[in-house]
Amino acid sequence: MVPIVARVRRRRRDGPGVWTLDLRSDEGAVRPAAPGQFNMLTVFGVGEVPISVSGDPGDGDRLLHTVRAVGPVSAALADLRPGSAVGVRGPFGIGWPVGAMAGRDILLVAGGLGLAPLRPALYRLLADRDRFGTLTLIYGARSPDDILFRREFQSWRRKPGLDVQVTVDHATDAWDAHVGVVTTLIPRATFDPSRATALVCGPEVMMRFAVNGLRNAGVDEAAIFLSMERNMKCAVGLCGHCQFGTVMICRDGPVFSYDRIGAMLGRKEL
Amino acid sequence: MRCGDAEFIDVDGLDALFRALSDRGYRVIGPTIVDTAIVYDDIGGTADLPRGWTDEQDGGRYRLVERDDDALFGFATGPHSWKRFLHPPVQRLWDAERDGDAVTVRPAAADPAPLAFIGVRSCDLQAMRIQDRVLIEGPYPDPHYADRRAAAFVVAVDCGTAGGTCFCVSMETGPEARHGFDLKLTEIIDGDAQRFIVSAGTEAGRAVLAALPTREAGDADLASAAAVVDRTAASMGRTMRTDDIHGLLLSNLEHARWDDTAARCLACGNCTMVCPTCFCTTVEDSSDLTGTRTSRSRRWDSCFTADFSHIHGGSVRQSTRSRYRQWATHKLATWHDQFGTSGCVGCGRCITWCPVGIDITEEVRAIRETAEQ
Repeated sequence: MVPIVARVRRRRRDGPGVWTLDLRSDEGAVRPAAPGQFNMLTVFGVGEVPISVSGDPGDGDRLLHTVRAVGPVSAALADLRPGSAVGVRGPFGIGWPVGAMAGRDILLVAGGLGLAPLRPALYRLLADRDRFGTLTLIYGARSPDDILFRREFQSWRRKPGLDVQVTVDHATDAWDAHVGVVTTLIPRATFDPSRATALVCGPEVMMRFAVNGLRNAGVDEAAIFLSMERNMKCAVGLCGHCQFGTVMICRDGPVFSYDRIGAMLGRKEL
Repeated sequence: MRCGDAEFIDVDGLDALFRALSDRGYRVIGPTIVDTAIVYDDIGGTADLPRGWTDEQDGGRYRLVERDDDALFGFATGPHSWKRFLHPPVQRLWDAERDGDAVTVRPAAADPAPLAFIGVRSCDLQAMRIQDRVLIEGPYPDPHYADRRAAAFVVAVDCGTAGGTCFCVSMETGPEARHGFDLKLTEIIDGDAQRFIVSAGTEAGRAVLAALPTREAGDADLASAAAVVDRTAASMGRTMRTDDIHGLLLSNLEHARWDDTAARCLACGNCTMVCPTCFCTTVEDSSDLTGTRTSRSRRWDSCFTADFSHIHGGSVRQSTRSRYRQWATHKLATWHDQFGTSGCVGCGRCITWCPVGIDITEEVRAIRETAEQ
């Protein structure tokens, strides 16, 4: 319950109001996170919020979190300058089942900032590319300006063995690629549904539609994984805030297979 | 009460118990009357106990009434539960101090004195076990709760009076205190004779008991003690059927009864404050004017507030219907999924202290009688 003190080493703009913080710990290393796990970050005197780790788990030297300024604490976090102190607790939660995906065709389906928690999984999949079947990244953003990690997308597009599909809800004159919701890109991906695993992260409504698209394409419900979000105060199963019906997001998730939570997902105000 | 080691103490013996605990360094907490309610607070001796008082309870109603005897434990549960001391309303977690760019974080200090609880009912013993499951037995134990719980000395009392909103028999949590105590008392009043059959449940309890002026109990005392819990069990104010309650509630999440309840519920959160198992908390960070000294405290929170489920874009549970449904289904159904136990002990506090008298046993009954599945 007591944070370790880390320091902002670098800060980089990765989208409108979105900043990636590179943290380094004062008192020994912060424990490395598995893809899909999160840390609780404190701005001293302001508050604490859960932020997923967005960097490469294989790069032990850098601890990256990508933050969008939406509330008082995330705004204060996004505004921190190099040298500033940040409290870190974690990493917490059960992440993406990357270790159990060998031999599978893989779809990463991300909406908006939901790409940040998926990026560590993408790094791991690319680092071990031969162990997996086809690999597709499907990404939807509100507009071309909202696309996260813009420079990195250019290098991902050039990677052999990675199919990158991007769509936007609202195009600009300069946009010559796909327009529409992420679901419309699923039929463009190459995968064998009988051996496909999908990792999905984004706004809840986007995830519900993505799941429908994946199920229609024949992907097994137990092979569709979602990263859930709820209000969270403690991250260790003690505060009760992140309850989602039968589960607690911090302790039992944030990543769940669809067959475990599907019945609760469409339920209003659960 | 087991035969063979049956002993009793009188009122002076009870005062000797309080002194023995105090001498051993415990902060002694027990029932006492404050503002026309029986609450748990620091007590110095039997003179502080609610001698000769009982409570009348119903939905949204609590009144103290004089008894026709001098019983010291002749009442049911009040608005407080022991979580107030083990899992207090405000808990400082840490303090941090900034010196230039360096920040030092210090965990909050532990309590100075261990706690001794006097007069813990069986329902509340079970509530402590449930909070143990939640706060100690998960992957990340709460050190503040764990330390207090491990150090606490528990003096249970067999419940001699069922309140008007009690349903521990339905929840199989009482009225006899069977385990989870260091010492147990059963109060017997026979005319002018007032005795407390006393037995130990732990080594710590036996050590304290050995220092008390006990006398051997006779067969008549034991028969009277057995009759106490039988009488209480037979006079429960409420009942609730619990068979398949998990499936019943979770397959009726859109039942019209939730709308009916929501029309009465004020979303005040009283039920969550008085519930002995409700454990939810939020955190509050504060800072001095210069930002040099900052701290974090944990406070009781309630799933009835809009803020509780707030994420960017708004609250997940906007309606009172969804908040009452969350509370009731958590207590009686999803608590089993999350912690392997019910979250309800049938103490009836949520019924008594609901300002509009919403009765969880009635709500469940209504859903059961008109279940969609």
